[in-house]
Amino acid sequence: MDTYSLMREFADSWALLLLTALFLGVFVWAWRPGSRALHDDAANSIFRHDKKPAVEPVSRDVRGNGAKQPEEA
Amino acid sequence: MWDYVKLVALGAIAVLAAIAANYAHDLPYMVNAIVVMLAAAITFVWALRSHGTVWVHPANEYMDGVVRAGVIATTLWGVVGFLVGVIIAFQLAFPSLNFEMMGILNFGRLRPLHTSAVIFAFGGNALIMSAFYIVQRTCGTRLFGGNLGWFVFWGWQLMIVMAATSYVLGGTQGKEYAETVWYIDVWIAVVWVAFLLVFMGTLWQRKEPHIYVANWFLLSMIITVAMLHIVNNLAIPVSVFSSQSVPLFSGVQDAMTQWWYGHNAVGFFLTAGFLGMMYYFVPKQAEKPVYSYKLSIIHFWALIFLYIWAGPHHLHYTALPEWASTLGMVFSIILWMPSWGGMINGLMTLSGAWDKLRTDPIIRMMVVSIGFYGMSTFEGPMMSIKAVNSLSHYTDWTIGHVHSGALGWNGMITFGALYFLTPKLWNRSGLYSLKLVSWHFWLATIGIVLYASSMWVTGIMEGLMWREVDANGFLVNAFADTVAAKYPMYVVRGLGGTLFLTGALIMVYNLWMTVRAQPAKASVNANNAVPAE
Repeated sequence: MDTYSLMREFADSWALLLLTALFLGVFVWAWRPGSRALHDDAANSIFRHDKKPAVEPVSRDVRGNGAKQPEEA
Repeated sequence: MWDYVKLVALGAIAVLAAIAANYAHDLPYMVNAIVVMLAAAITFVWALRSHGTVWVHPANEYMDGVVRAGVIATTLWGVVGFLVGVIIAFQLAFPSLNFEMMGILNFGRLRPLHTSAVIFAFGGNALIMSAFYIVQRTCGTRLFGGNLGWFVFWGWQLMIVMAATSYVLGGTQGKEYAETVWYIDVWIAVVWVAFLLVFMGTLWQRKEPHIYVANWFLLSMIITVAMLHIVNNLAIPVSVFSSQSVPLFSGVQDAMTQWWYGHNAVGFFLTAGFLGMMYYFVPKQAEKPVYSYKLSIIHFWALIFLYIWAGPHHLHYTALPEWASTLGMVFSIILWMPSWGGMINGLMTLSGAWDKLRTDPIIRMMVVSIGFYGMSTFEGPMMSIKAVNSLSHYTDWTIGHVHSGALGWNGMITFGALYFLTPKLWNRSGLYSLKLVSWHFWLATIGIVLYASSMWVTGIMEGLMWREVDANGFLVNAFADTVAAKYPMYVVRGLGGTLFLTGALIMVYNLWMTVRAQPAKASVNANNAVPAE
């Protein structure tokens, strides 16, 4: 089979399946149980470090209970 | 040692550029070589004078100098781009403003100057400025790469000056939104890779565990634009001393590559990048976190998966294979959903704070910009439908669509960002005048409405006139008939543009007075040295 047909066949079979699965996987991943706390924390992260950089890495425990860093105004 | 390397390199570039100017085969090349020579000479003098300077990059301060420069550049290039836009709008309304009165500054030469000035100079500087500001704040770390950020800034300005001088003198590749000739393309690639390095480096050094979603949009913009730019500009120069080059693709492949580039330049430069701005500046100005972080993740990945396929809708009813055309149409329509998801996410960020719309003209500007994002991402998919496209294509409807996106969405969100950033970056207690922001808001909004509605009228009229046939199957109208019929709408469009430009000038005055006349909370340079409270 010539290269074009080979790639064409691959593109509209396995590649299509993989990309569609990945795409749908993103939805599942975003709505996975337990992501709420992480997402709330991320959404609020823009209100930290407004004036100057963080001194040390912001830690967050595995349950995602929000940043522990005491923050400047 | 590094200082000497810099001096030698800059001196060599200046000399080589002078030699190149001497051997130039064409005028744009010669003028560009002289521009490079001057730029290298100026940088040489600067390097000589700053010889031995120890550059300090304290990790406990943000690098805001380059963002301040970005605010100034965005504002100035914006005014230049809008002004050229107003001029070419009147050139279309009054043909004598072309060859007879303005010589080489006719519509054909000024049109790429306008598009590049607003997209790459105004929009590009807005993106670089926002990316540098946002990535530092959301990562809680100083910009990576020391003075590399400054290289990106000045490299981008040099690119703009070279492109502008080249267009006016006739240097072009003839590719829409990719008119820059081969050596400018090479320079864009160099600057852009430096931009990627600065951005990625900052992400790597981040102190926050999670990368905030605005950075995803900005990073995808940087990477995708690099890829699009390089592939679409694959070409062999006819000589190192000429601005002319021969593209590697030809015929329909070249057209497809061009519109794969063209549409994704809209999708990633003007959409993804500006969405990065939206996801940061709107929640910051509203002082509320984004409505749904999950929705922003879906918004991001849906755009990434879908946008890249939409390009063929620019080539309906051409030599492009039918399947490719249909594919482009289908993906364009699917794009409508994530775009509106993003619009809802931006608007609903204000839920519980709608009163701010009444009191805060900056929020009003941002909300209108999101509204225009929603409107143009509805109009676009509709126009990509083949049946609609057969009416709308090649007419002014397309130009109206582009401008409701560019003036409404990109322009308004950038104005919002500039109003947000200026007091913060110069440490002022607030803007000089909120009343002037309101004036800017209304002038710009009315300007866009005049622009878009006149282009709808003239576009649909034109499309209908072109397809009108008499009982014997002959076309009723000559092309010149449509040109004559469009005259009043062209004048209205020019007036709309004038209002938009006036609004931008008011903004320039307001931002200038904010820095000049407002009491400083602290000296500008002490910006980040505020102790923790």
